[in-house]
This record gives sequence, structure tokens and C-alpha cells, in this order.
Amino acid sequence: MITGCLAVYRREMLILKRRFKRQAAGQAVSPLLYLLTFGYAMGGELRFDGTRYLDFLLPGLVAMSSMTQAFAISTDINVARFYWHIFDEFQAAPISNASYVAGEVMAGISRALMSICITLGLGYLFGVRLHYPPIFWLTILLNSFLFASLAVALAMVVRNHADQSLLTNFVITPMAFLGGTFFPLDRLPVWLQKILGLLPLTHASTAIRAAALGRPVHVMSLVLLAVIGVVFFGMAYYCVNKARD
Amino acid sequence: MSGSHAMIEIRGLRKDYGRVQALKGIDLTVPGGQLFAYLGPNGAGKSTTIRILTGLTRMSGGSASLGGFDIERDAIAAKRQFGVVQQYVNLDQELTVFENLDIHCRLFAMKKKARRERIDRLLAYVDMTDRASTLIKKLSGGLKRRVTIARALLHGPSILFLDEPTVGLDAAIRRRIWALIKKIQQEGTTIFLTTHHIEEAEFLAERVAFLDEGRIVALDTPNNLMARVGSWAIDLVEDSGMKTRYFSTREEADRFRAHGAFTMRRVNLEDAFLSLTGKKVGQ
Repeated sequence: MITGCLAVYRREMLILKRRFKRQAAGQAVSPLLYLLTFGYAMGGELRFDGTRYLDFLLPGLVAMSSMTQAFAISTDINVARFYWHIFDEFQAAPISNASYVAGEVMAGISRALMSICITLGLGYLFGVRLHYPPIFWLTILLNSFLFASLAVALAMVVRNHADQSLLTNFVITPMAFLGGTFFPLDRLPVWLQKILGLLPLTHASTAIRAAALGRPVHVMSLVLLAVIGVVFFGMAYYCVNKARD
Repeated sequence: MSGSHAMIEIRGLRKDYGRVQALKGIDLTVPGGQLFAYLGPNGAGKSTTIRILTGLTRMSGGSASLGGFDIERDAIAAKRQFGVVQQYVNLDQELTVFENLDIHCRLFAMKKKARRERIDRLLAYVDMTDRASTLIKKLSGGLKRRVTIARALLHGPSILFLDEPTVGLDAAIRRRIWALIKKIQQEGTTIFLTTHHIEEAEFLAERVAFLDEGRIVALDTPNNLMARVGSWAIDLVEDSGMKTRYFSTREEADRFRAHGAFTMRRVNLEDAFLSLTGKKVGQ
């Protein structure tokens, strides 16, 4: 299983290497704009519970980047599947579906880590100095694992590129704005807080922010991310098999 | 790699897409080392058969084995038996020739030394040693096709599936690919070729199956299939359209030709297919 998984992962990494400059530039655009508009121009003096808004915002951006970049693997899988037919090469190879899913998920996590390094670097340039303990990175890994697994599962379900865009618009974009990235959820009505508490990104951004600000992290958030991640990985495994027409 | 035992065995293979029956019960045995052609018009079920055998499409019924391994129960072992060249070029355009081949070797768990040796050997085999570090997107259609053939052979498969391997290529490149296919077969690999090019099947195949609307309507050597309609043909233009008359001997055809200025030609597989199905293969 491991050799198949590493072969799939290697292919994704070779492509990432070839696209590295434009990929890195693309990954820098969103956090840079968010830091400029929300953090710097609008909220330079703004504070939440004694925390500078830029310090509050950056962990949220990290959580959001780990979600969007891990999920972005679905677009690459779609291009490989519908346009270049590379998926056929994997399906005809003597590797298990689990190897394929694991390779793609690892690629999604790698992309997410790359974008997080860029986001943290930008934050540093904006004067943000936070803590980055192991639990900070563990939460990022769990969140990336969860959304990369979801990306593989959904990439197998969609029938064309247009469906893929719809999924991003309806699933990822709302979560990015409502999952505790830009504002504290305790300012919302209780009923809405309860609904948003069901989103994995809410748990990820809360845990990442707590770790980065040196506050205690709720272990249950990590357990929840891990459990949902395993469920999504199982879904991806099932969907790869169903993708045979 | 060769042998006279069955390398490909298909029994009652069916594929349904909703109400549409793409394959209606295919029975077929291909012995080791044979170059077998699957001939039929577009939509006859040729690619569907290959997609099922190579694990890309689920069968609706029946069974199939490759090199003695059932494609459903022993899928991984069955996949080790074959290489496949799809009718479309499924290479990573942003990677080099070497990188594409290397990924394939890794998917087959080949060790580093073996990978290097096989890639060098196969690149020399398809006459592309100097293109190893070229990006795929910079290659012509014919060169891309040669890379896909090299890739399919990297792990030393006993069976090679070629799905319309020369589609979209010009006549000169097509002939070059044919020579390569012959060479591969002569080294003992069983080849399963789908095509709707008559001359491709005639030039390459030792045995041919005619596939029409999901069924095999004839299965024999090219010579035997052609002999069923005759040896010589004369095409006539009549008010109702083009008609063809077939003759067992050249003398019979010559006698008929004496009545007008007709062009005489040898019977080909298109004639055999037409007489059995009422359709042309290229339709």
C-alpha cells in the first residue's frame, strides 16, 4: 500500500514543484488582502477581549488556508480525471483505492502546509508575533487531513468541472466566512452559534487561535476533527471505488 | 512472456448503461503471444471491453481473467499482467517524459535500479532516448503515443491492451507505430488491439473478432474472414448507390470486368464486415 501511496504523492509533488512560483504567489494573494483590508486598514486599533485584531485574525486565516488549500486538491484531481485522464492510469495500476486516497490526501496536506507557511510569513511582516506550539501544528494537520479527504470524496462524486465550482461555492466559501475566521462567534445569537458550532472549521479556528495566543485548547475539538477526518477518508475510499463507471 | 495457454478469457461479459446494453454477452479466449484485433464501428463496445478488462469500468455480468487472475476477485494480481495504451493520451503534460515513466514504475513498486534500467531500455526501444527530459506538452502527437506505449511496457506485462493506438495520427506515423506493435508481439507479448482501421487489423492481426452492437458476430483469422465473401471484388456505381460484387477467382472477376470499365481489387476485412452486418466498420 505504501509504495502506491508514495507514487501518487510523488506525482502531485512533482507538479507542485513545477508550478511552485505561481502556486506560492496565488496562495499569498488572499491572506495578504485579508491582512491589509480587515486587519490593517480597518482594524489596526481594534481589539477583541484585549487581543489586537491582527493577532486574532492571523490564526483564523491559518485555519481558513488549511481548509481551502487542502480542499483545492479536488480541482487538480478533477482536471487529472476529466481533462488529462490521469485517473485512468491510477485505476489501471496495481494499487489499492486506499493507497490512491492516502497519496492525494497527503498532497492536500502538503499544499495546506505550504500556504500556512506563507500566511505566517506575511503575518510576521505585518508585525504579528504568536506562539506555535505542537498542538497548533497538530490542529492544522487534522484540519488539512479532514478537508483533503473531503476533497477526494467530492472529486469522485462530481461529474464535471462546473459541479466542482458549485461545491466550493456552497460548502467552502460559507464556512470560510462563518467558521470563526474573521470574528468571534460569541457575538452572534446563541441559535446561530450552535449551528456554526457544527462546522469543522469553527473547531479548527478556535483551537488554532487558542494555541497561537497561548490559551488552553479544547481537546474535544481535536477529537472531533480527527473523527470527522476519518469518516471523510472512509467516504473518499468508498467514492473512488464508485467512480468506476 | 509467451505461451499457447489462454492469457485473456472472457465469458458472458455484459455491460449495461441503464437500458442501453453496451455488451450483450461476449465470449472470447486469446492465447498467449497472439496479436488479436477487435474490429467494429464506433459505439460497438470495443473500448467498453478494454475498460472493463483494465479495471476502469465495472461489468454488469459475466467474468474475465487475465493471465489466469480473475479481474474482480484478484484485481491487483490481474492488473500486474497487463499494460494499456488508451485511445487518448493520458500523460501528465507538465511532467517530463522521464518523470511520467518513473511514476508508472513506482506504481508497480519497481526498485530504483530496475526503474532506471527499464526506462532507459524502453526509451531506446521507442527511439526516444534524447527526449527523456522533454516536457510532454512539447511533444508531437506521434511522440506522445510512443511514450504511452513505452510506459505500458515498463513493468514487463504479458498482455498489452491497445485501444485505437493510431487514432488521430497521420499515415507515416501510423505505420511506424504498427512496426513497433509487431516488434512487441514478436517478443512474446499477447496483444489485444481495438481498431476501426481495416488496414491496421489486416496488417497486424493473427485473429480478428468483428464486434457489432455489443456482440461478436465473427471470430477467425483475417484470411478466413475475407474468404467467406470471396477473393476479388468489383465496386459498381448503380442508380441505388455503390454496390460491390465478389468473386472466388480472378478469372471470374475478369470475365465480369469485360462488360465494362470497372476497377477490380482484393477483398478486404471491410467487405467481410459489411457482408455480415450490412455496415461499414468506419461508420
